[in-house]
Amino acid sequence: MTEQEPGRRPDGTRLAGGPGLLLVWLYGVMVVGAVSRSVYQIATEFDRAPLAYSLSAIAGVVYGFITYTLVRGGERARRAALVCCAAELVGVLTVGTWTLVDPSAFPDATVWSDYGMGYLFIPVLLPLTALYWLRRARAA
Amino acid sequence: MLDALTLATGVAALLLAAWCGWAAYRDQPTKDWHFIGMAVVTLLTLVQLVVGVVWLARGEEPAQGTVIFVAYLLGSFACVPAAGFMSLAERTRWGSVTVAASGVVLAVLEVRLYDIWKG
Repeated sequence: MTEQEPGRRPDGTRLAGGPGLLLVWLYGVMVVGAVSRSVYQIATEFDRAPLAYSLSAIAGVVYGFITYTLVRGGERARRAALVCCAAELVGVLTVGTWTLVDPSAFPDATVWSDYGMGYLFIPVLLPLTALYWLRRARAA
Repeated sequence: MLDALTLATGVAALLLAAWCGWAAYRDQPTKDWHFIGMAVVTLLTLVQLVVGVVWLARGEEPAQGTVIFVAYLLGSFACVPAAGFMSLAERTRWGSVTVAASGVVLAVLEVRLYDIWKG
């Protein structure tokens, strides 16, 4: 390895390099976690907690899209990722508060329950970190 | 057997995380020795996968369901190699950070596997 180019963006905005790599990996983990969980729950016991399982599925789709934009890179992808991360943050804060205020609406947990406590609070930390990274990627 | 293996894998995953975290702290990418470490941890998860499937084939039933159990076995098997391949393309400290994160996630998966098995 003679050529090291951390943070270099030869064609457009590269988002999956440096700290972005960690973000891609964590988002990938959340995609697998949220999608597999909601697919299983919707397929086997949807009637038990339809709201919770639907929200998990939506979370999975959002995570999937953000992962795709990060890997793709470029200015348009960066903007799309910014919007989605903001939506994700709003989602996790709304659902997190909702589960605390009105637990009876959620017979079973979602990915975003209690601000993502069941996932080491990664769901609330990840969008904050990603928003910071995406803003910095423009400045560079 | 499964308990001991789960514990061993969890501890190995945390050691890997600490080791790669140290490399990241010293601003180094993952090196050959780190990849050998990842291979050892991955081998443990592979053995775990095989042992788990053999247990299921013997007619044992995990407390929280077979599907979830197998999904977590597959997830823990894929966890570290996925990060390892990504760190191959990222020859900076951030490759090491990613592998360290995968070690932590694997340790969490092992705890969940134990819960799924015991209920």
